Amino acid sequence: MAIEILMPALSPTMEEGTLAKWLVKEGDTVESGDILAEIETDKATMELEAVDEGVIGKILIAEGTANVAVNTAIAVLLEEGEDAANAAVSAPAPAADAAPTAAETAAPAAATPVATVVPEDTEIPAGTEMRSTTVREALRDAMAEEMRRDETVYLMGEEVAEYQGAYKVSQGLLDEFGARRVIDTPITEHGFTGIATGSAMAGLRPIVEFMTFNFAMQAIDHIINSAAKTLYMSGGQMGAPMVFRGASGAAARVGAQHSQDYAAWYAQIPGLKVVMPYSAADAKGLLKSAIRDPNPVVFLENEILYGRSFDVPVLEDYTVPIGKAKIWREGSDVTIVSFGIGMQYALEAADKLAEDGISAEVIDLRSLRPIDYDTVLNSVMKTNRCVTVEEGWPVASIGNHLSATIMERAFDYLDAPVINCCGKDVPMPYAANLEKLALVTTDEVIAAVKQVTYR
Amino acid sequence: MAAKKKTGKSNTSAEELLGYYRDMLLIRRFEEKAGQLYGMGLIGGFCHLYIGQEAVITGIEAVTEEDDKRITSYRDHGHMLACGMDPKGVMAELTGREGGYSKGKGGSMHMFSKEKHFYGGHGIVGAQVPLGAGLAFADKYMGNDRVSFAYFGDGAANQGQVYETFNMASLWKLPVIFVIENNQYAMGTSQQRASSTPDLYTRGAAFGIPGEEVDGMDVLAVKAATEKAVAHCRAGEGPYILEMTTYRYRGHSMSDPAKYRTREEVQKVREERDAIEHVRELILAGNHASEDDLKAIDKEIKAVVNEAADFSRESPEPALEELWTDIYAEA
Repeated sequence: MAIEILMPALSPTMEEGTLAKWLVKEGDTVESGDILAEIETDKATMELEAVDEGVIGKILIAEGTANVAVNTAIAVLLEEGEDAANAAVSAPAPAADAAPTAAETAAPAAATPVATVVPEDTEIPAGTEMRSTTVREALRDAMAEEMRRDETVYLMGEEVAEYQGAYKVSQGLLDEFGARRVIDTPITEHGFTGIATGSAMAGLRPIVEFMTFNFAMQAIDHIINSAAKTLYMSGGQMGAPMVFRGASGAAARVGAQHSQDYAAWYAQIPGLKVVMPYSAADAKGLLKSAIRDPNPVVFLENEILYGRSFDVPVLEDYTVPIGKAKIWREGSDVTIVSFGIGMQYALEAADKLAEDGISAEVIDLRSLRPIDYDTVLNSVMKTNRCVTVEEGWPVASIGNHLSATIMERAFDYLDAPVINCCGKDVPMPYAANLEKLALVTTDEVIAAVKQVTYR
Repeated sequence: MAAKKKTGKSNTSAEELLGYYRDMLLIRRFEEKAGQLYGMGLIGGFCHLYIGQEAVITGIEAVTEEDDKRITSYRDHGHMLACGMDPKGVMAELTGREGGYSKGKGGSMHMFSKEKHFYGGHGIVGAQVPLGAGLAFADKYMGNDRVSFAYFGDGAANQGQVYETFNMASLWKLPVIFVIENNQYAMGTSQQRASSTPDLYTRGAAFGIPGEEVDGMDVLAVKAATEKAVAHCRAGEGPYILEMTTYRYRGHSMSDPAKYRTREEVQKVREERDAIEHVRELILAGNHASEDDLKAIDKEIKAVVNEAADFSRESPEPALEELWTDIYAEA
C-alpha cells in the first residue's frame, strides 16, 4: 500500500510552509531517517525525515512551492513490489482524518484568514503607500530603524543573534548591526534582565527579548523593582529607558506553563508603560515609540499574530503614540473593547453581528498603561453598552478595570452591565478540545453582545 | 572569624592615613547619629547601619577614578559618604525630607546620585549584582575603560542571580569588581549556617573569575587588593571578586534583637580589629599626627555630622504634589 508523505507541522503555530528543496528524486530508495526535503517555515528551515522505508514513487509538490498547507500530500512512497502507476493515491489527506494539527487547534486564531481592512488612520497622511507586512517583519523593521537612529539601542536575549530569533523576529539584525549590538545570552533571564536594566540606568537603551513572557517570570523582580521604580526612588535622577518585549498569551498546544497572557499583570505597575499591539502597523509604530520612550516599556506580542499580514504605511519614520486607542470600526449599538489577539475575536464578532443588524464599535486599546479611557468612555456614552475581550484570566483582568472605570465615570449612560469576555479561569490544558474551550472565542463575544443588547 | 594580623607598619603617607581616618570616622559618626535619630522617631522603617565595616568602602574608594561606578544593597550610607555624596542630603533622605537625595521618596535603602555615579541603594538581596554588571556592560559597550563596583553581602552571595551574573560577566569580560562584604551574618543567620562552602572568594572559580580574600578591617589591605583588581578590570581582563572579611557591630537593622551572637563576640572584634582604631595607631606610631590633631579631626567630623542632622530635621517634608512626580520621565 503506497504511503503518502504529508507536509508536516514543524512548530506549534505552523499552518503552511515552503517546500524549499527535495533531496530525493522519484525512483530513489529511502530508509527511515533519510532526509527527504527541506521545509521552510516562518520560523526556520527544517529537514523532513523519512519515517518509513520504500521507493519514492511520485513527487506531488515541486520544490520551491510556497504556501503548502500542513497535511497536504507532497510525495508518495511505494512499498516493495508497488509501482507508481497503479499505486492508489487518494486526494490530499482530508484534514478530518489527520491528527489535530497546530493549525486547527489554534482555531480561534487560524480559522478563517480574516481579510481585515485597517481603518483609515488620521496619523497617516492621505495617499501614503501601504505595504502588506507581517507583524514579525514589522517588529524587525522597527528595531532596525531605531538601531540605525540611535547607537545606544541594542538587542539582547536568547537566540536573537546567530539563530536569527527563536520566532525569527530579529532576522537579519546580527548581519546589519554585529555582535556588539545583537547579543545572544545564556538561558538566564533573571541575570540578563538585571544586566540590561543596569546598562539602561547607565545610559544605554536596551531591548530585552524574552523568547516568551512566560520566561520573564524569572526576571519579573528586575522589571518591576529595578526598572519600573528607579525613577521614583531616585527622585527623578535616573531611570531605566528600555523595552522588554516578546510573545505573551497562548500559542497552540504548548500547555499550561507556556500559555499565559501577562497584560493585566504588568498593566498594574506604576512606572511601567505597557503596550500590546494587534496589527503590524501598530506593532511597528508602537515599538519605535517604545524604544524612544525614556521609561521602561513592556511590549507584549503574540506568537499567533507574528505571521499575520497587515498594511503598514511606507513612511520614513512611522510611529504610533503610546496611550492612544484606535477605533477599528465605528458602530452605534455596542462598544467592544479589546487589544492584542483579542481584537481578532472582536472584529470577527462585529462582522457577524452586522449580519444580524447589530452595529458594534470596536476599539483596540493598543496601550494598557496608560489606558486611553476617553476613547472608551466616549464610545460607551454613545452606544450605552460595552463588552470587553481579552485572552487573560478573568480575575482582576483589564476588562474588570474597564468595567469599574465605566461604572464610575459613565454609570448613567449604561443600559446594561458590562460583560468581560476572558480566558477561562483554569491553567491552559494541552488536549486540543480543552484548549479550545479554555480560550475566549468569537461566539462568546457574540453571545455577550446579544446579552447586553437584549437580543 | 579568625583574628588576622594587621599591617603593622606602613609606608603610607601622613596625608593618606589621615584621609582614611577622617573618611572612616565620618561614616561611623554619621551612622551613630542616624541610630540616634531613629531612636527619636525621626527616621522610620528600615535603617541598616554600616558601623564596623568602614574600612571596606574607604579602602576601595581610595582607588576609584572619575566616572567609575558603584552600586550596593540597602546597607548603603557608608558607600554614599565615601563616594563623596553630601552627608546633609543623605541624612535628609533618611528623615524623608525634601532635601534628601531622592526628595524623601527613596529612604534609607533607595538613594542615588547621578553626579557621583552611585546607582543605589537596592532593597532586594542580590538584585544589585546583575545591575552592577550592567553598569560595566554599558562602559564596555561605549568603549570606556571605567570600572564598576557591585557590593553585596555574604547572604546575597548565595543568590542564584549572582551566579547567572558571574557567568555572563566572565563570558563577556565585563569590567566589574564583585565586592563581597562578608560581615559574617545574613541578617541573623551566620555564614556557616547558610553557606555550604566557607570561602566566598572562590565562588567565581567555576566561571573563571579570579578571587581574593582580603582583611576588610584593614583599610590598607583593602586598598592594595583593590588596586590589583582594578588593574585587572581596566586591562580588559574581565571581572574580579574581592571577599572582604569584615564585621558589623550593630544589628542587621534597627529592630534586630541580636540573639544570634554574643555580646562578647562583638566586643572582641571591636577591641582587637577595629578599623578606625587600627589607622589611629598607625598614625600615632608613625608620628604622623598628635593625639590633639586627631581630636581636632574628631571635632571637625562631629560638626559635619551635626550639621547634617540639623539639616535633616529642618528640611521640610516633600510637597504633597511630589506623590505624583517622577513616575514617568517626559519623552
